[in-house]
Amino acid sequence: MSSFSTTYRVRRDDLVRYAGASRDFNPIHYSDRIAMAMGLPGVIAHGMLTMALAARAVGEWAGGPDRVTSFTVRFTSMVVVPDDDEGVDVVLAGEAGEPDEAGLVPVTVTATCQGEAVLGKATALVRDAPSR
Amino acid sequence: MGLDDLVGQELTAPGEYEVSRGKVREFAAAIGEASPLCSDVEAARAAGYTDLVAPATFAVIPAFLGLGEVMGRIGAPLQRQVHGEQGFIHHRPIVAGDVLTTTATAERIRNVGGNLFVTVSCRVSDASGEPVTTARSVVVVRGEGA
Repeated sequence: MSSFSTTYRVRRDDLVRYAGASRDFNPIHYSDRIAMAMGLPGVIAHGMLTMALAARAVGEWAGGPDRVTSFTVRFTSMVVVPDDDEGVDVVLAGEAGEPDEAGLVPVTVTATCQGEAVLGKATALVRDAPSR
Repeated sequence: MGLDDLVGQELTAPGEYEVSRGKVREFAAAIGEASPLCSDVEAARAAGYTDLVAPATFAVIPAFLGLGEVMGRIGAPLQRQVHGEQGFIHHRPIVAGDVLTTTATAERIRNVGGNLFVTVSCRVSDASGEPVTTARSVVVVRGEGA
């Protein structure tokens, strides 16, 4: 399999859990008041949470989280997380390219939320990738 | 110290960051990572690791300790910081029991329309000084008028 697609739901409680786990306590990820004072539409997910979900998706495709040897992303848009029980979906997709001389397989990742690309130029390198 | 003097200066985050099994499990749970490598010590050892394997972006914890040193010198309040880019190159996976040290270098600071674009490279090394992860971040500090 040379491509994958998966959807993760992100809710407010996920942001709280991620803030504690990662020790990233920027208040724009939990306070609507501060987020809006900063000109944001409301509380947004940590870019790093989106990146973590993307890396998880790559690892699940590749056969383990330890297969991801590098990962680079741009945060191109925000994942606005409503204060409700539904949350919001982030759709992750990846497509593997040809292995480099070291046998590492490049995986181009896209992440979209509400139809907008939230990650740009997202590329991982994966070792021992599944053969096609 | 001016921002120009900050560029190129190496800043080492005070203290070491010791990776605990509890933190690896907590981080994995927070991102929904279900691999037994991140939660089951026996599974991690069976795969050839000395202990639990941290998810690929766990490196943000030690990397942000270094980034925080740079942002502290700039005097940027947390809520004005927006993450623009992030990259990790893992020389090996981080495992529980690692004692990590982070050295940060501001590569570039640009003022674009009142917003500061800060590019920071962080070198995360283990107790024997071997490189574990190289992290590169671009953080945008939004100006007061933004």
